[in-house]
Amino acid sequence: MSTAVASVRTNATNLRRMLPNWAWGLVFLALALLYPYILDVLIAEPDDLLDASISTLGYIIMALGLNIVVGFAGLLDLGYVAFYAIGAFVIGWLGSQQFPDVSNGKGIHILTPTTSAFGSDIPGIHINFFFVIFIAAAFTAIWGVILGAPTLRLRGDYLAIVTLAFGEIVPRIFENATSGIFGIGHTDFSNGRQGITPIDKINFPWSDTPFKYPLELKPVYYVGLAMVLLVIFFNRRLRDSRMGRAWIAVREDEVAAAAMGVNLVRTKLWAYALGAALGGFSGVFLATYTNTVNVDQFEFGFSVFILSMVIIGGMGNIWGVILGAIALSMMNRYGLKQLNGVPEKFGLDFDVTSINFGIFGFFLLAMMVLRPEGFIPSGRRKLELHESEIDESDHIGTESDHQLYEVRSE
Amino acid sequence: MSDQAASNGAAILEATNVSKVFGGLVAVNDVSFTVPQKGIVSLIGPNGAGKTTFFNCMTGLYRPTTGRVIFAGRDITAKRPDIVTRAGVARTFQNIKLFRTMTAIENVQVGMHSRLRSRLTGMVLHTPFNRREEKDAHEKSRELLRFVGLKRHNELAMNLPYGDQRRLEIARALASDPQLLLLDEPTAGMNPQESEELRKLMETLRSERGISVLLIEHDMKVVMNVSDRITVLDHGEKIAEGSPQEVRTNPRVVEAYLGSQA
Repeated sequence: MSTAVASVRTNATNLRRMLPNWAWGLVFLALALLYPYILDVLIAEPDDLLDASISTLGYIIMALGLNIVVGFAGLLDLGYVAFYAIGAFVIGWLGSQQFPDVSNGKGIHILTPTTSAFGSDIPGIHINFFFVIFIAAAFTAIWGVILGAPTLRLRGDYLAIVTLAFGEIVPRIFENATSGIFGIGHTDFSNGRQGITPIDKINFPWSDTPFKYPLELKPVYYVGLAMVLLVIFFNRRLRDSRMGRAWIAVREDEVAAAAMGVNLVRTKLWAYALGAALGGFSGVFLATYTNTVNVDQFEFGFSVFILSMVIIGGMGNIWGVILGAIALSMMNRYGLKQLNGVPEKFGLDFDVTSINFGIFGFFLLAMMVLRPEGFIPSGRRKLELHESEIDESDHIGTESDHQLYEVRSE
Repeated sequence: MSDQAASNGAAILEATNVSKVFGGLVAVNDVSFTVPQKGIVSLIGPNGAGKTTFFNCMTGLYRPTTGRVIFAGRDITAKRPDIVTRAGVARTFQNIKLFRTMTAIENVQVGMHSRLRSRLTGMVLHTPFNRREEKDAHEKSRELLRFVGLKRHNELAMNLPYGDQRRLEIARALASDPQLLLLDEPTAGMNPQESEELRKLMETLRSERGISVLLIEHDMKVVMNVSDRITVLDHGEKIAEGSPQEVRTNPRVVEAYLGSQA
């Protein structure tokens, strides 16, 4: 077993060494760019797969955002869905007919079509998607700081519980914001459980024609891909910066990091803010793509789903996290559907998609047993997870520990 | 307090009546203490005498129960550790606290954190300022590692031999351009030759870089050779202070170390 794994690994390493890293980057970029056309050639009905792929792009951004918080800074966040919700509601407010009364029913339009296909005015606030993504990122970053600040003194389990609670609270606030928010005013911010729909389609700032998804998927795929590339660039630069080093230092040893001049509060809040910003960034995209902002989307399961992507892919490693996001999201959105007929063949009557969390749970468990560091681990994380094995041969560490125990047991 | 400071020229660090109480335990009791400019001062005492607690009070890891700490004319009492470091006090730890999964050079770069000025936009866009700063930081880290005599710059901290880990801690502390360096048992686990190298290093720090050193140490050979002055703590209280000669012959010090029957 282990030799088989080892030979696979050396083969993979050999394959990787065939080309330099930047060349591999280009290969993957080319594949991503040609992907919709490759599907056209290979599959008769590619729309299902492309549809799943577009959602996956949104999930990749979310996973990369959570990776900043969990993977880099080591802060276990179980409430990431809060930032998806906030981002989605930002486009719900700035890109739908949720506020029909603004400017006397004529609406506010910033680089979006002002009249509908039938020539009538479109009421409500409509700001171009490409502005809204950045507005939402900034807005969620602020909320990342607000929600992160009370948790700064907490570690481990306690931090997880509090963030989990925030993940529950935020959607409930939106759900109840049908007559003012936080008890202020009487505006309906969310339509309660019905949610906000429809959401504006993406349109380029220089054009008045919105994209035609779900009928035409390629343009929205490329917008999503561009967003993912931007986020990858952003993450890589952060990882190799002064801030990235500070995050890892804080994760490794808070006391030492503080004594070396790292401001713990600021460093952690930046992690929360930037992680949250990416959640909002992606939330806007997913909201316009699914055409609805509904509190039912913002469940605890979603936070766990994104966290699973980060863990399965390899915490702290950008490429690993992307792979984890692709694997889980594609399985969820596409793979499981393909298995829908299978239980019937065995005389069982249930839907495979309805037990998706059971399947993910099993998958996660298997990963934790077989490869706890994820598909593509970050070098550091792998070391952390296997540190005990290394320590066994390291006499300095263990000898003193043994002595300690002996003294105590006598 | 003022006489003491005057007799030593300008004091870089001045701790006045510092106490630290944990519940009912008085770990440090009313200790006053100065480190002169460019001085090497040692803090000795039996195990549990409160030396490390006193260190922690001065570097912001503990908030002193009473007392004040003045560094270079600035009150740093109970300031956050990162502010103390930025003010110019760097330290090492008795139980080595390196960032284990970072390389030696990355460890030193973290030590430089408080001296780097890049902002988020600079880090993401790689502005010329950021590039220059990162390049300088890299160069300076290499130089510091060479200075402390560490050759394996790209080795992970956890894989370094013990003596090298101690050296790396010193390099990391020096990266923040301190005026005062606090070393907590730096020669623990070193062989006599390594201890001697460290002693030379401390003297170089003082003569070439003008850095004052405050040392906690059990190796009396190092302490007696390197210190201008020695302060002795026992049960959280200062029991003696003076030149190595004076301390060596002080009956209370002998008693603290050897017991009253000796």
